Amino acid sequence: MASLGYKYEYNSPVHPKQFALWLGIGSIIMSFAGLTSAYIVKKGAGYWVEFSLPQFFTFSTLVVAASSLFIQLAYVFHKKLKDKIAITFLSLTFIMGLAFLILQYKGWIELTNKGIALDGNPSGSFVYVISGLHFAHIVGGLIAMFFLLAIKWWRLKRPIKKLMNEVDPERNTSLKLMTTYWHFVGILWVYLFIFFQFN
Amino acid sequence: MAGTKHETMVVNKELYHEHVHDDHHHHHEEGFITKYIFSQDHKMIAKQFLISGIVWAILGGLLSTLFRLQLGWPEENFGILETLLGRWAPDGKILPSFYYSMVTMHGTIMVFFVLTAGLSGTFSNLLIPFQIGARDMASPFMNMLSYWFFFIAGVIMLASFFVETGPASAGWTMYPPQSALPQSSVGSGFGTDLWLMSMAMFIVSVLLGGLNYITTVLNMRTKGMTLMRMPLTVWAFFFTAIIALLSFPVLLSASLLLLFDRNLGTSFYLSDIYIAGEALANSGGSPILFQHLFWFLGHPEVYIVILPAMGIVSHVLATNARKPIFGYGAMVYSILGIAILSFIVWAHHMFVSGLNPFAGGVFVIFTLLIAVPSAIKVFNWVTTLWKGNIRFTPAMLFSIGFVSLFISGGLTGIYLGNSALDIQLHDTYFVIAHFHIVMGMAAFFGMFAGVYHWFPKLFDGKMLNQTLGTIHFWITMVGSYLIFWPMHYMGMSGVPRRYYEFSNFEFAKGYEDLNVFISTVAVIVFIAQFFFIVNFIYSAIAGKRMETKNPWESNSLEWTSSIKGIHGNWPGEIPEVHRWPYDYSKDGYDYIPQTVPQGKEDQFLLKKQPAENAALLEEKRV
Repeated sequence: MASLGYKYEYNSPVHPKQFALWLGIGSIIMSFAGLTSAYIVKKGAGYWVEFSLPQFFTFSTLVVAASSLFIQLAYVFHKKLKDKIAITFLSLTFIMGLAFLILQYKGWIELTNKGIALDGNPSGSFVYVISGLHFAHIVGGLIAMFFLLAIKWWRLKRPIKKLMNEVDPERNTSLKLMTTYWHFVGILWVYLFIFFQFN
Repeated sequence: MAGTKHETMVVNKELYHEHVHDDHHHHHEEGFITKYIFSQDHKMIAKQFLISGIVWAILGGLLSTLFRLQLGWPEENFGILETLLGRWAPDGKILPSFYYSMVTMHGTIMVFFVLTAGLSGTFSNLLIPFQIGARDMASPFMNMLSYWFFFIAGVIMLASFFVETGPASAGWTMYPPQSALPQSSVGSGFGTDLWLMSMAMFIVSVLLGGLNYITTVLNMRTKGMTLMRMPLTVWAFFFTAIIALLSFPVLLSASLLLLFDRNLGTSFYLSDIYIAGEALANSGGSPILFQHLFWFLGHPEVYIVILPAMGIVSHVLATNARKPIFGYGAMVYSILGIAILSFIVWAHHMFVSGLNPFAGGVFVIFTLLIAVPSAIKVFNWVTTLWKGNIRFTPAMLFSIGFVSLFISGGLTGIYLGNSALDIQLHDTYFVIAHFHIVMGMAAFFGMFAGVYHWFPKLFDGKMLNQTLGTIHFWITMVGSYLIFWPMHYMGMSGVPRRYYEFSNFEFAKGYEDLNVFISTVAVIVFIAQFFFIVNFIYSAIAGKRMETKNPWESNSLEWTSSIKGIHGNWPGEIPEVHRWPYDYSKDGYDYIPQTVPQGKEDQFLLKKQPAENAALLEEKRV
């Protein structure tokens, strides 16, 4: 933080960046709440085609749940200064994230093959748009995770940087933020999946 | 204590040097780019927001002045229009299609770029860290991103003026089906896609900014700065950010669906539409859906615009009336009340959209309820002024002007909030008059008050010229009423908004002279703004420097920071706070800054003007 030219001071039990992330999550929730309430209003107005969700969405739900577990493990080991194991788990999370993207894509293909097109009845369009927006949030998370992995990896290879990092009070912050975000996008998908199932 | 802090900073500096050395770099001075362009300093970012806001305000104001020429003199040809607008105004007469683009862009620019980014962006950035005693925002990096997303949004919006089909033209509310179908009007072409992309960038900017404001207020306050000791400005920015954070994402969703409808053949907002006798393939959508989503943002948006102005006005009024703000707690809770109500009144924009009359009734009640917290604020401002020792600085004049405009504009809100009256008044000039006074002009007045008051904190202690400021105020004040007051009469007799000309309508013919009058005043008021622009530019470069650190003798923390804006705001320790910021004329002291401990008021007074005050204190002791 020295590069700021002053000391980073805060008077609260929560790290301000963690707090800001929660607020950001709040606003992401609002955009999905907007979309899902539009879905309900539109459904209530009639002109609605019913269909079942693609099989692949079930698999992707399982994958995203598993990835949440992995990132939690990464965080736990990182806190115990076991960086190597932490990086391994974080890499696994990253791979699971990519797998999720592929499964979502497969799900869309499956949906199209069933005759539910993006430009068909709004009931189908909503599934594409909402899952698409969620997809974008996963992509964003993966980009951040890629840089985080690179930094952690780079540090691991340099003993002095590694030692310096071990005493840094901000050492766990970035991974903690990543973990919170990743759990959130995971839970968000589980919510959307259940929402689509029952509506 | 100060010594210790200094040492910490020195140590940090050394660490920094070592670090730099380690990486074989040799730059540790701030370069031009990191200082003026990609700055992470809240003061510089505030300046960037303000200057961008002013540039946009000139463009937005110019657009309205030009289309007022069309409304005032529909038969005339103006050479200047052809010079400025080129092919959009052949022979000096604006094309009807471009007229719609102009009103759309005027609304978009003023509401979002000027009164949201220019007002809230500028003053939240400048004042939150200063007034709560923080070195900077919680995340200076995100703060920088916030400005640059706004900048990109501006570039995209500006670019839309230069595409072949011109900028968006469906009104700032962007209602489908007009906005959803490129074939519906000229401006619904690529210009509308650019509008939507620009707004997406803008929303990202607002969200990044808002996150920072809330986090900073809740986590970075200095010692002693309890929530109820914060200046009302900070309370206003805080609630504004919360409203923005909850409402703007919904507009993002609405725009996303609109983009899909426009470009990927979906039918969220479209159903059973015939163009030139040919049916479109879209079915199953509803344009009303967009109105719900849009106004869920759109109504809170007007509070996003007005709350920062209210905060600025409360602070400036108390400071220049030399009186404690009346009803501090009531002020805070009424902002909270307005913030909550703002989310449950959106359908009062849709009374005539086929809304269930029962639902309309519920929205009428909530809408009229907003009058309660608004009236509390008005009474408190007036009571603060009552028997005050008023100093008529330009900032104070604009603040009093704000109260006046807010009352006259607010009263017509009670008419419009009534669903029965709305049948006659909706989409008429009555609406135009209402919101231009209560949110347009009032928010502008709040912004001017802020600029005149805090200019020294933006430009290293230089002050704006007070005489020019006073002239600027009077022309603007009188002009605002002369422009917008007559519009009420036009609206009551049913003259509709957004019309290109009225010559063909018998009922509107009686207003031809009034339109000439309004347009004349509009041109004068627009030109008068250059009193401010010239003053701003001249004073920023060569303005008179303030003689003391605290020219308005204000209590809040920003005036204890160094005159020259330095990184981290205070050279030594951040000052500790011992009281609220409105101790004016208390116990015989003209003002007592927040940093003065209870019982140490005498010492502060002696330090300020020893000779003059010694006798005064002696008198008090006797």
